[in-house]
Amino acid sequence: MRGAVPGAGAELGAGAGRAAASRIRAGVERGQQGQRLPHLSPVLVPPPSAFPFVSGPGLAGSESEILEQSPKSPGPGKAGDAPNRRPGHILGARVESPPGRRARLASPRPSSSSEAREELRRRLLGLIERSRVVIFSKSYCPHSTRVKELFSSLGVECYVLELDQADDGAKIQEVLLEITNQKTVPNIFVNKVHVGGCDQTFQAYQSGSLQKLLQEDSAYDYDLIVIGGGSGGLSCAKEAAILGKKVMVLDFVVPSPQGTSWGLGGTCVNVGCIPKKLMHQAALLGQALHDSRKFGWEYNQQVKHSWETMTKAIQNHIRSLNFGYGLSLREKAVAYVNSYGEFVEHHKIKATNKKGQETYYTAAQFVIATGERPRYLGIQGDKEYCITSDDLFSLPYCPGKTLVVGASYVALECAGFLAGFGLDVTVMVRSILLRGFDQEMAEKVGSYMEQHGVKFLWKFIPVMVQQLEKGSPGKLKVLAKSTEGTETIEGVYNTVLLAIGRDSCTRKIGLEKIGVKINEKSGKIPVNDVEQTNVPYVYAVGDILEGKPELTPVAIQSGKLLARRLFGASLEKCDYINVPTTVFTPLEYGCCGLSEEKAIEVYKKENLEIYHTLFWPLEWTVAGRENNTCYAKIICNKFDHCFCSSLVCFYC
Amino acid sequence: MAAMAAGLRGLGGRFRWRMPAVAGGVRGAAQGAVAGQRDYDLLVIGGGSGGLACAKEAAQLGRKVAVVDYVEPSPRGTRWGLGGTCVNVGCIPKKLMHQAALLGGLIRDAPHYGWEVAQPVPHDWRKMAEAVQNHVKSLNWGHRVQLHDRKVKYFNVKAGFVDKHTVRGVAKGGKEILLSADHIVIATGGRPRYPAHIEGALEYGITSDDIFWLKESPGKTLVVGASYVALECAGFLTGIGLDVTVMMRSIPLRGFDQLFKEKSLVKIEVWSCHCGDIKHSMAATKEAPCRQMSSLVTEHMASHGTRFLRGCTPSQVRRLLDGQLQVTWEDHTTGKEGTGTFNTVLWAVGRVPDTRSLNLEKAGVDTSPNTQKILVDSREATSVPHIYAIGDVVEGRPELTPTAVMAGRLLAQRLFGGSSDLMDYDKVPTTVFTPLEYGCVGLSEEEAVARHGQEHVEVYHAHYKPLEFTVPGRDASQCYVKAGCRVDAAWTLLTQSPPGLAAEMFGFQMVCLREPPQPVLGLHFLGPNAGEVTQGFALGIKCGASYVQVMQTVGIHPTCSEEVVKLRISKRSGLDPTVTGC
Repeated sequence: MRGAVPGAGAELGAGAGRAAASRIRAGVERGQQGQRLPHLSPVLVPPPSAFPFVSGPGLAGSESEILEQSPKSPGPGKAGDAPNRRPGHILGARVESPPGRRARLASPRPSSSSEAREELRRRLLGLIERSRVVIFSKSYCPHSTRVKELFSSLGVECYVLELDQADDGAKIQEVLLEITNQKTVPNIFVNKVHVGGCDQTFQAYQSGSLQKLLQEDSAYDYDLIVIGGGSGGLSCAKEAAILGKKVMVLDFVVPSPQGTSWGLGGTCVNVGCIPKKLMHQAALLGQALHDSRKFGWEYNQQVKHSWETMTKAIQNHIRSLNFGYGLSLREKAVAYVNSYGEFVEHHKIKATNKKGQETYYTAAQFVIATGERPRYLGIQGDKEYCITSDDLFSLPYCPGKTLVVGASYVALECAGFLAGFGLDVTVMVRSILLRGFDQEMAEKVGSYMEQHGVKFLWKFIPVMVQQLEKGSPGKLKVLAKSTEGTETIEGVYNTVLLAIGRDSCTRKIGLEKIGVKINEKSGKIPVNDVEQTNVPYVYAVGDILEGKPELTPVAIQSGKLLARRLFGASLEKCDYINVPTTVFTPLEYGCCGLSEEKAIEVYKKENLEIYHTLFWPLEWTVAGRENNTCYAKIICNKFDHCFCSSLVCFYC
Repeated sequence: MAAMAAGLRGLGGRFRWRMPAVAGGVRGAAQGAVAGQRDYDLLVIGGGSGGLACAKEAAQLGRKVAVVDYVEPSPRGTRWGLGGTCVNVGCIPKKLMHQAALLGGLIRDAPHYGWEVAQPVPHDWRKMAEAVQNHVKSLNWGHRVQLHDRKVKYFNVKAGFVDKHTVRGVAKGGKEILLSADHIVIATGGRPRYPAHIEGALEYGITSDDIFWLKESPGKTLVVGASYVALECAGFLTGIGLDVTVMMRSIPLRGFDQLFKEKSLVKIEVWSCHCGDIKHSMAATKEAPCRQMSSLVTEHMASHGTRFLRGCTPSQVRRLLDGQLQVTWEDHTTGKEGTGTFNTVLWAVGRVPDTRSLNLEKAGVDTSPNTQKILVDSREATSVPHIYAIGDVVEGRPELTPTAVMAGRLLAQRLFGGSSDLMDYDKVPTTVFTPLEYGCVGLSEEEAVARHGQEHVEVYHAHYKPLEFTVPGRDASQCYVKAGCRVDAAWTLLTQSPPGLAAEMFGFQMVCLREPPQPVLGLHFLGPNAGEVTQGFALGIKCGASYVQVMQTVGIHPTCSEEVVKLRISKRSGLDPTVTGC
C-alpha cells in the first residue's frame, strides 16, 4: 500500500500540471489493497448542494467560525440563489452534531500514525469520488475565494473544505500533496478529475474544458446500487432516493432447498419477524381462549387449530407488504430489479434474472445488504428432507410432530408457537439455550416452554435424517448422537426444522473480484464505524456486518443513516450499543444492554448490584396461570449508573 | 377462599375485641398526650394504596404504627375489605374486567388465526364477577397479612379527629376507641359522587363502588358521565356483550380552553359536576390527556357498539313495574326531552374526597372550600405540621395509585428514615383502559401550547396498525368506510422546538448546528398494551429525553412501541401521518 501510493501520487502530480487533468479512480486501486482500520471517524463533508462555497460545518468545527472567517461566503442568505437548490437538499444540509464537537478527518484514536494516514487518504478519496466539485481551500486565501466565486457564478454546487478550520487540515494537506503533487490551496477536483489550483482552473474555464468537465455526467449508471432488498437495503435505497440520488436495488431470492421463495422485503417481512410474530400471536390466542373461560366466556368444545387457515391469512398479509415495498420504491423512483447481483469488476455488477439473462450496471457507490440464510447441518438427508424457517411460515400443511434442531431464538420461537397450536414439539439442543443472551433468563424461557409441553433433548446432535414415508407431512427418522458420549438415539417425526444458525450471503456475490474483505470463517463483512468496507466505495448494512446485532430496526437505522451520510449532510453514525430486543417465545423475553454474564466480565461481580423481582401479571391471576414465573431484573454498576436490564414478561 | 375469608373475619374479630380494653387503658393518656407518651409514632387514617404503603414503610423503619380503615357501605349497600379503592372498586377489578372484554375481542380474532371457535361465544357475568371478586378478596387478605407481619396495628373503625394528636375510632357495633399519635397521615381517598339533584339518582343508580360487586349482570346499562371511569366501565360492559349507552354533556371547546388555563379547583368541580369529556375529569390529574386522543377513544368505542348520547343530561330516574329503570333526559342540542329504559344506571360523574366525617376542623386541618380536598405543601404536610395527607384526598394531586404509594413511602422515609426526598408529581404516566387503551405521560398538546406557545411546540404524530390487527382484519371495514382516515391507533409525541427554529423553516446550517435538544414534553399513545408502552417511555421522558434521542433509540420489531421511535411526521408539516410499511 505504501509502495503504491507515491507512484500514484506522482502520476497524478504529473497530470496536475496539465490543463487536461488525469482522472482519479479514487480509492479503487488503493482500496482493494488497503487495510481495514478500526475507530474510523465519520465522513465529514456534507454536500452543500444548497450552499455553494459554505464550508462543511463538521470540518470547520463551529458555524460562527465559518461565517466570521469566510467573509466571501455567500452564506445562507445567498443559498437561495443557487439554481440547483432543492428543498430536500436544504433539509439534508442540516447537520446534527453535538455543539462543540470538532470533526476530524482522521481517526481520533489512530492505532498508529501510518494507519491514521491511510484512513485519512481513504476518506479523502471517498469524498472526491462522490462529489461533483471539491475545493480544498483556506478561508483567508484570496485565490480560494476567486475559485469559489467562479463556481458560484457557474451555479455549481461544491464541497468546500477549509483546511485552516479543519482540525487535521495540515495532515489533509500532506495527503493531498501525495495524491496530487500539489501542496498549495486551492486544490480543485471536478468530477473526480484533479484540475489543479486557481490558475489552472481559470485556464480550464477560459478554454471551455472546465465546462465540459462539469457537464460530463457521472461515468456510472447509478449513484448507488444496493444489493439486497431487505430491511436495511430498502431503507438505505429509499433514503438515498429521497436525497435526490439515482438508486437501484437488486433483490433476488434464491429458493430454499425445499423450493420456497418469496417477494421483496427480505427476511423480516417474508420469513422472519412478521410471520413469526403473527404465528406467535396465534399461539397466544390459544392461551387466551383457554384463559377466557375463567373470565366468563362460555364454550366447552375442544378448540382445534387450522394451520392452513392461519398460514393463508399470514401469507396474504405478507403479499400485501411485498406489494407495498414495490410501490414505495416506485414512488421514490428507485429502480428495482429482481435479479441476482454479483460484482464483476470495480464499480460494475452483473445482474442475473430468473431466466438467466444477464445485465450489467455500474454505480459510484455500493451497499451490500444481502443478509443471511439458514444454515444446514451438512449431514445425510438434511437438505432433502429438513425444512428451515425459510419454509415453515409458508408450509402448505401442518408440520405435525416436529423436531426443532437448535437452541437459537429462532428455534425456541418456532418451537414455542408450534407447541402453542397443540403440536408435539421436541427441541434438540447441542449445548445451551439462547447463546449470547442472559443465561438465567434463557433458563427461565426454556423451563416455561418445558412446562407448556415442549420437550427438550439436551446435548444431542443429529447425524442422519431418513425419509420413512412421503406425504404432507411425511415421516422422517432422525438419528442423533450425544455430544458427550457415544450414545445415539432415534426418533420419528413428521417434520424436522433446522434452526442452528444463519450464514451470510457474502460468498457468491463477487466480493473477491473487487477485493472486499470478509471474515473467511463467518462470512461476515468487517466495516468501520461508518459501515464502510475496506473498499472505500463499498458499504454494508444489516445481518452481514461483523459483530453487529442482527435486527431489523438496527439494519433500517444504519441503512438510513448511511444514506444520509453519503448523500445528505449528516454526520450521524449508527449507534449499535444498548439496542433493545425481544425474543417472542411463549414467555416473552425482552432485554436491553448487557447480560449478567457480560456485566460480570466487564465490570467484575463486586461492582454490580442486581435488582430483581418475580411477578404475577394481574391478567394471569384470574386466569389461574402460574405464579412466580414472570421475572425482571436490572443490573447496575454500584458506582455508576444502570447499564442493563433484562425482563421476562408476558404481554397479551 | 371461603376458609380464608372466615379466617380473616376471625382475625378482625380478635382485634375488635381486644382493642377497646387497650383503648380504655390509654384513654386518659390520649387526651392531651405529650410526645413520647402517645400510643403510636404514626397513625394512618385510610387503608388504601397510599396509607398502607406509608404505614408499612414506617413499620419497616422500626416505628410503632397503626392503620384505621373503615368502608362506609355505598348507598346500594356494597362494602369491601382492606386495600382501598384501587384493590376493591378501582384499578384491579377494572383491569380484570377490561381483560375479560379484551379476551372477547381475541375470541373473535381467533378464527382468523386458525382457531376453530364457533361464534358468537356467550359471556357469563356471574362467573367473571366471582373470579374477580375472589381475587380481590385474596388481595384483602394479603394486605391484612402484610400489616400483621410488619406489626402494624389495624383497626376496622371509622375515624374522626378529637384534637391535633388524637383520633376517635368507631367500630361497626358502635364501640369507640381513642388513638393518639405523634404523626398522623390522612389517606382516606375519595368516593363516587351521586348527582343528588336528579330525582331517583340515589335510589336507583349505582356507581363504580357497586358495579364490580354485582352478582348478576347489569344488563342494558346507561353510563352517565364521560370521566375515564365512565368510559372504562362502558368499554368493558360493551366488550362482554351488553347493550351500553354513555350519556355525556359535551362542553364547548372554547370553555375547555378557557378552563384549561385556570389551574384551579373550580375546574375540577365543574368537570365532575357536568360530566364533561374524558379529559375533564382527568384534568384533576396534573397533566390532562389530549382532546384529540380522547375523541379517538370514544370514536373507537362507538365503532365497537357503545352508544353515545352527547349533549344530554339526565333529569329523572324512575323504576317501572317490571323493575326496569326509565331515564328521562334533556337533549341540549335539540332542546327536547328523551327517555329510555335500562336495567342499570351507572353514575360516573366524578369523585368526592372522603373528608366529611373526619372532623378535620377539630385538628385544624385546612381543606379547599370548593372541593373539600385537603391542602398540603410539597412535603405532604397539612396546615397542621404533624398531620399529613396523601393520595386522592389531597388537592391538586394526580388521583393515581402509584403516586399515592410512592408519596406514602417517601413520606415515611422523610419522617422516620432521615430522608429528604420529596415526591415528584411531574411527568407521572397513566393509562386509561378503554377498549382502545390510552397511555400518556407529560403534557397534553393543549397544555404544552398554553405553557410554551404554539410557535415553540412541535407535535409529531402517526397513525399505525398493530401487526396483530392485520390478520383478523380488525377495523379494516371502518378504515374504508371512513375514507381511510379512521385509524386503529395513534399516538402523539410533543416536543419543544428550539426558539427560533419555527421561524427558520428551512433550517439553515446555522440553526441546525445548534443541535436543537427538543425536549419531549409529553407522549400520548393509543393502542394495545398502552400501559406497558407508556411505562417504558415514561422513564426516558422523566430523564429529560429529547426528540433526537428518541429518534436515536432503536425499536423492537415488530411491536407497537417501536412506532414511537419511528416517528417522523410533525403535525405542522401537514403530511399524512399514516404509517405504511415497516
